[in-house]
Amino acid sequence: MDKLKVKNNPRSLINITDLSVAEIDHLIETANDIIENPEAYQEICAHKKLATLFFEPSTRTRLSFTAAMQELGGDVLGFSEAASSSAAKGESVADTVQIVSLYADIIAMRHPKEGAPLVASRHSNVPVINAGDGGHFHPTQTLTDLLTISRKKGGLNNFTIGLCGDLKFGRTVHSLIEALMRYTGVKFILIAPPELRLPKYMKEKMNAAGAEWAEYEKLEDAMPDLDVLYMTRVQKERFFNEEDYVRLRDSYILTLDRLKPAKKDMIIMHPLPRVNEIAVEVDNDPRACYFYQAHCGKYIREALILFLLGLK
Amino acid sequence: MNIDGLNNGIVLDHITAGKGMQIYEMLKLDKLDCTVAIIQNATSSKLGRKDIIKLDTVIDLNYDMIAFVDSNVTIDIIKDGRVCEKRSVKLPETLKNIISCHNPRCITSTEQGIDQIFHLVDPDRRIYRCAYCDTEYSEK
Ligand SMILES: [Zn+2]
Repeated sequence: MDKLKVKNNPRSLINITDLSVAEIDHLIETANDIIENPEAYQEICAHKKLATLFFEPSTRTRLSFTAAMQELGGDVLGFSEAASSSAAKGESVADTVQIVSLYADIIAMRHPKEGAPLVASRHSNVPVINAGDGGHFHPTQTLTDLLTISRKKGGLNNFTIGLCGDLKFGRTVHSLIEALMRYTGVKFILIAPPELRLPKYMKEKMNAAGAEWAEYEKLEDAMPDLDVLYMTRVQKERFFNEEDYVRLRDSYILTLDRLKPAKKDMIIMHPLPRVNEIAVEVDNDPRACYFYQAHCGKYIREALILFLLGLK
Repeated sequence: MNIDGLNNGIVLDHITAGKGMQIYEMLKLDKLDCTVAIIQNATSSKLGRKDIIKLDTVIDLNYDMIAFVDSNVTIDIIKDGRVCEKRSVKLPETLKNIISCHNPRCITSTEQGIDQIFHLVDPDRRIYRCAYCDTEYSEK
């Protein structure tokens, strides 16, 4: 048999809903075990290679994947922007991935076009992880959020989460809602200006799943009930005029003063990078959890790599 | 072609009035060698008004495409002057290369040789979403 002719249909991760609740729980369990016993994992990916194909720069995400693979004892190859890749010469995603999947054991791909990682997964011999496709899906961010909540709140059932900022275009929030509404007793508090409210189809999804939700316009009004506060960026380009933007941006900035009515054990999350949604003064509050969250991101990526490689 | 006494061919009947031309164009019936007749605004006991398309040859038609434009359509296959097969169409779960994604940020806007695939997400409201970017399909 020709050993080069290997063709299989590996499992990929394109959207968070590709994973069952049991699989997500398994990943969280693995990540927690890696955090507890890092030595047990430091050679597990020896002689395995992760290709990071970043068709647009995202240093934060790329470094997280790189560090994750290195901590598992594996190697990393790849590129960090389209200009240094064959895409600059006009090569299709399908062709690029077919070639790369000959060299690597697993691929993490970031691309400015929505759906590019799905195309890649259909042409790859190895698992493809969507590391963000142009603001469409970013499942490892969602996994990061889930691990953070689970560690801080002792699980993913029975808590109230406030989602604040741009809920219309912010798809990080949509993915998080889709993941959490499969658990029981999660109550969603949606905090956004009328212009940036959660789309109707997302509310219909929540209703269909039997999830409880409420909508608020002011952060202050929602604050006392929250166990988790998830802040997102309000982007300037979403507004027709500067005036509206400035007014809304300032009313969704988290300050120590606005935090006063919050529970003592509430956690504050943000996918980062932040612009000014969270005042720097909040960083020293024990409830601030966004750097912890970024730390969790590395471990859940380790767990995901192991899972997709069939090693755990 | 004798429109009433079609011997062999296909009749697309019960087309919602006004949609006949759209079906004609989407199925590219103008490219066929056979005779094609479009009857617009015919009286119908079922619909009040309807369009009808008749072809004097039996050919393979893209039923998904017909269903996508108008799922009321019924298709009669005529052989030797008799209806030998009658079928209705159902809104397809998946549309392959029938409509295109209009989202400029979608991978289908740049990747060559890629199939345009849409999935039916809401049959009641006839909503299709692009398989790649999840954008809801709209005419424009
Ligand atoms: Zn699309």
